[in-house]
Amino acid sequence: MSDSKAAPTVVFEVLRFHPEKDKAPYLQQYSVPVTRGMTVLEGLTWIKEHIDSTLVWRSSCRMGICGSCGMFINGVPRLACNNQISHLHSDRISVKPLPNFEIIRDLVPDLESLFDRHRSVKPYLIRKDSHEQHHPVGEYFQSHQELINYIQFAYCIKCGLCLAACPTAATSDKFIGPQSLTQAWRYTIDSRDEGAGERAEQLYSSHGVYRCHFAGTCSQVCPKGVDPALAIQLAKKEAFVRAFGIRKQRRAARVAPPVENWVRNRDIPAPPTPTIEKSRA
Amino acid sequence: MKNRLNNRLGLGGWLGGGRYGVDRYAYAFHRLTGLGILAYFIMHIFVTGMRVGGQEEWERTMAFFNAPVFKAGEFLVFLAFIFHAVNGIRLVIVELACGIGRPHVPAYPYTNSTMRQRPFVVAVMILAALLMITGGVDFYFMLN
Ligand code: SF4
Ligand code: FES
Repeated sequence: MSDSKAAPTVVFEVLRFHPEKDKAPYLQQYSVPVTRGMTVLEGLTWIKEHIDSTLVWRSSCRMGICGSCGMFINGVPRLACNNQISHLHSDRISVKPLPNFEIIRDLVPDLESLFDRHRSVKPYLIRKDSHEQHHPVGEYFQSHQELINYIQFAYCIKCGLCLAACPTAATSDKFIGPQSLTQAWRYTIDSRDEGAGERAEQLYSSHGVYRCHFAGTCSQVCPKGVDPALAIQLAKKEAFVRAFGIRKQRRAARVAPPVENWVRNRDIPAPPTPTIEKSRA
Repeated sequence: MKNRLNNRLGLGGWLGGGRYGVDRYAYAFHRLTGLGILAYFIMHIFVTGMRVGGQEEWERTMAFFNAPVFKAGEFLVFLAFIFHAVNGIRLVIVELACGIGRPHVPAYPYTNSTMRQRPFVVAVMILAALLMITGGVDFYFMLN
């Protein structure tokens, strides 16, 4: 960043591409005055408001929750809303769309391929007794440790940064990828789930965990501390211990019987009376 | 409307370490050295197969491959082998989820498995360097 106290500016070098007008993408530069705490996303907004209203990107929450604003910023996939310009320690900010995804326009990647892979690993609880699952009578038992086994992986916001950073995903569009493999593991290890067999087909397929050779970049770029590399190695270890019969198959969590004679904790206020009639579908 | 631009990084993204950490470079070198060793192995089979052509043929081949450029090439294969072997041991360990930590509730600032196994990468580099230096001394100064 420039040292002048009056108006520190940085140069944004942004990749532009309009599918109907441009044959090839090109770089465009914008000078942006930086204020304290300004994020890359705010820099882009400033450009759109003051210089070029045709610049396109995707964002929503502006607080690292929705996973929309993943971009390739100064050579590393990052959330634009989660990174302050001053923390990049450079007076040139290169902003490109996330690699390994098709570009829809300017900085907007097509994340459909990520969602397709995510769906393919059945990211939901599978129970043998599907009747009970659709007509629940109680909660499933789960200990604190059983929760810890998967809760980290449930923090994923599907931003796609890990896939953009993955060297295997750079050469193969069939590789299930760190995000979806992590979700496959997240549900497989959930003590309430009985779908390990169904997901194993994906997890241990030729496009599954064994295509990971621990470059480790997915975990380094993940903005939510999900650590996909950990989930993938845990899945490999599980296959190893199962092959040698070291660990026994666990039993899925039971449904807790309805609690009788319960008394409300006096510290917890009662819920407000419903304002609409309860539907009995 | 389907007018999307392909942005897959391809081979460059596979082999280029970019601005990522040392583990990414270890990954790239591991793949490269693996391919190098495989290429050497195929050549090696072919060259030793020359023996089938009789002693004269064999000696001519050996004389040809005694040139300094092939010696240097052989040394490169040795370096590649050392790195691939030592780094391979690290990969076997971390890919069995040893030394990379356990799942926990993420709290800022986040830690990750890549950073937790970093000491292994440093150990690999030190061990590989020691073996390479020892091998180099042996290869160039003590062989004859
Ligand atoms: S694992 Fe992390 S980097 Fe990958 S999609 Fe989920 S939140 Fe984003
Ligand atoms: S805008 Fe939601 S994560 Fe950045």
